[in-house]
Amino acid sequence: MAATSPETLTLEGGADLKRALRRTERRRRLGAFSLTVPLLLFVLVFFFLPLFKMFWLSIANPTIPEYMPHTVQALRDWSPSTPVPEAAYKAVAEDLKHARADHTFGRIAKRLNEEQPGSFTLINKTAMRISRVDHGPWKAALIKIDKAWGEKPIWRLLKRQSAPFTADFYLASLDMKYNQQGQIVQKPVYDRVYVPLFIRTFWMSAVITLLTVLLGYPLAYWLTALPDRTSNLLMICVLLPFWTSLLVRTTSWIVLLQGHGVINNVLVWAHIIGDQHRLKLIYNQFGTIVAMTQVLLPFMILPLYSVMRGISPSYLRAGISLGAHPARAFWKIYMPLTLPGIGAGGLLVFILSIGYYITPELVGGQSGQFISNMIVYNVQQSLNWGLAAALGTLLTGAALVFYLIYNRLVGAGKVSLG
Amino acid sequence: MKINLPPYAGPAQWLWYFGFRGFCIMVLIFLMLPLLIIIPLSFTSTPYFVFTHKMLTLDPAGYSLRWYHHLFTDPSWMHAIRNSFIIAPIATLIATILGTLAALGLSRSHMPLKQFISSLLILPMVVPLIITATAVFFYFSSLHLVNTYIGIIIVHSILGIPFVVITVTATLAGFDYQLVRASQSMGASPWYTFFKVTMPLVMPGIISGALFAFMTSFDEVVVVMFLAGPEQRTLPLQMWVNLRYNINPTILAIATLIILLSVVMLLTLELLRRRNARMRGLE
Repeated sequence: MAATSPETLTLEGGADLKRALRRTERRRRLGAFSLTVPLLLFVLVFFFLPLFKMFWLSIANPTIPEYMPHTVQALRDWSPSTPVPEAAYKAVAEDLKHARADHTFGRIAKRLNEEQPGSFTLINKTAMRISRVDHGPWKAALIKIDKAWGEKPIWRLLKRQSAPFTADFYLASLDMKYNQQGQIVQKPVYDRVYVPLFIRTFWMSAVITLLTVLLGYPLAYWLTALPDRTSNLLMICVLLPFWTSLLVRTTSWIVLLQGHGVINNVLVWAHIIGDQHRLKLIYNQFGTIVAMTQVLLPFMILPLYSVMRGISPSYLRAGISLGAHPARAFWKIYMPLTLPGIGAGGLLVFILSIGYYITPELVGGQSGQFISNMIVYNVQQSLNWGLAAALGTLLTGAALVFYLIYNRLVGAGKVSLG
Repeated sequence: MKINLPPYAGPAQWLWYFGFRGFCIMVLIFLMLPLLIIIPLSFTSTPYFVFTHKMLTLDPAGYSLRWYHHLFTDPSWMHAIRNSFIIAPIATLIATILGTLAALGLSRSHMPLKQFISSLLILPMVVPLIITATAVFFYFSSLHLVNTYIGIIIVHSILGIPFVVITVTATLAGFDYQLVRASQSMGASPWYTFFKVTMPLVMPGIISGALFAFMTSFDEVVVVMFLAGPEQRTLPLQMWVNLRYNINPTILAIATLIILLSVVMLLTLELLRRRNARMRGLE
């Protein structure tokens, strides 16, 4: 009865106007959305799926379930406080015989060794010798090959590794491990690698961010105060480095800072330091901080500059004319107005710097390395992809937290690009 | 620059005035120093990264084009330059087309989930490069896209996309849709309107986004390090290898040429910005 109701307007053909409008609206929304579909799909398939796969690798633990299925089965109901049943010994013997025939025992050995050093030899040795034994009792046979089979730790490890998912890689990323009793403990101090590296990455990034504020703020202020012609000219000095290849700039810092580099040579030439006492300016934290500050400084100056340009100088003049000392007027009036710029630039610099790889790798030496250098090491050299994935996921999480703050503060997509 | 101090300024004001400007100039020098050092040093005649006595006394014998000559005759450098000029333009093209389309959609008032989708599209810029490289390496190794041109091109387009989306959205933010209506009311077809009215106004944004995307790909080394075999080695990777293993001043020569390229890009961007402002009657 809608057509006869007085509140409802009808179109000529008798169609409901509201519905027609809704349909048009829906079509328009669909039209706008469909323009973004190709890009969304592209980004989904080639960016978000890889990230998801990395997260997957950081928790997946397929080795033991795949290559030692009988052991997994036999240990299902075993609890570490009870003696290991003969069935489990039989299962291990069977699985390792298969693994030897399929040449997969190396993978088992590698995976177990990542969690408990020494397992590599144990598995290889057992896989070699057990093939020659064709009847039980298996417990005695295995213990004869290696006494370790008579003790709990290897069984606890196998039981733990039977699960298809694991927190092991995250434990390793946080410098923790299982002890002989199967409890989670911190690694001894000399063995901790990643937590100190995370801390170093964060505090060096904080120092770099602070330096960019200290150097960038006065410069951005000066650029806004200058007449347009001059400030445009000086702006080139900010934009040109911004546009110049990162590798080029890092190369240049090597030329400048190395032992026989430009700065040391100038200092020696000016007799400020002796030829024997050249300063060690590179391949340490100092080198990383100097080079990264220069590289990231434009990312601070550009947002600051755009915020400062929007602040009318009359506020400051009003404050001074009302009797405030210029310094006080600046601190109480101008500074608070520029806080969004400091926040935006600071977060941008910080987010970029916690993920830096190239500069620390080239100029950082041993003490100037970041967590990203260890991620690359685990991908390319130690081939522990699970650990690399866990470290990567943690770093991504940190970057995303700061991005969310940035979003709140500045708004998505409102990144100033100069 | 003339000194802009009142005649009654006291010593503290003088000190502040010059101290402040001195500090700012030092910061500018700090920013430019690496570029200013590299250019003269690339003309050295020795295989070392130092200013020799001959160079400092401006003796012509201290200078040479030796490293430029080496750059253009060495097959591995030439191969890397060629690779970069294959990968970067294709990646830029993909990023620009997809990014512009998406920005057109995002700037419509009817776009659903606008905030959410634009944050998603900006993410490739926020996630640390090393993570993108690692994740893509894991993912591509099961798709057999490692050691292929296509793999690198795909990731470089992903990295360039945020720049295109940002610049084009920003240009569209100031876009006056009355112009489109005016054109259509006078009988122009939607396509004609798009190419004759919308495109010329949005073009500066598209071009500057494309330039950013191009430079991102042209300068990118981490992803290439993971995904490239010897065949796909790009210019930045060649520079990286040179820095790590057999350092010689050829890298300074190519660095100088890249700085030159940056200057050209920067000038293009500035011209675009001025044109854009003029067309909107802001100047």
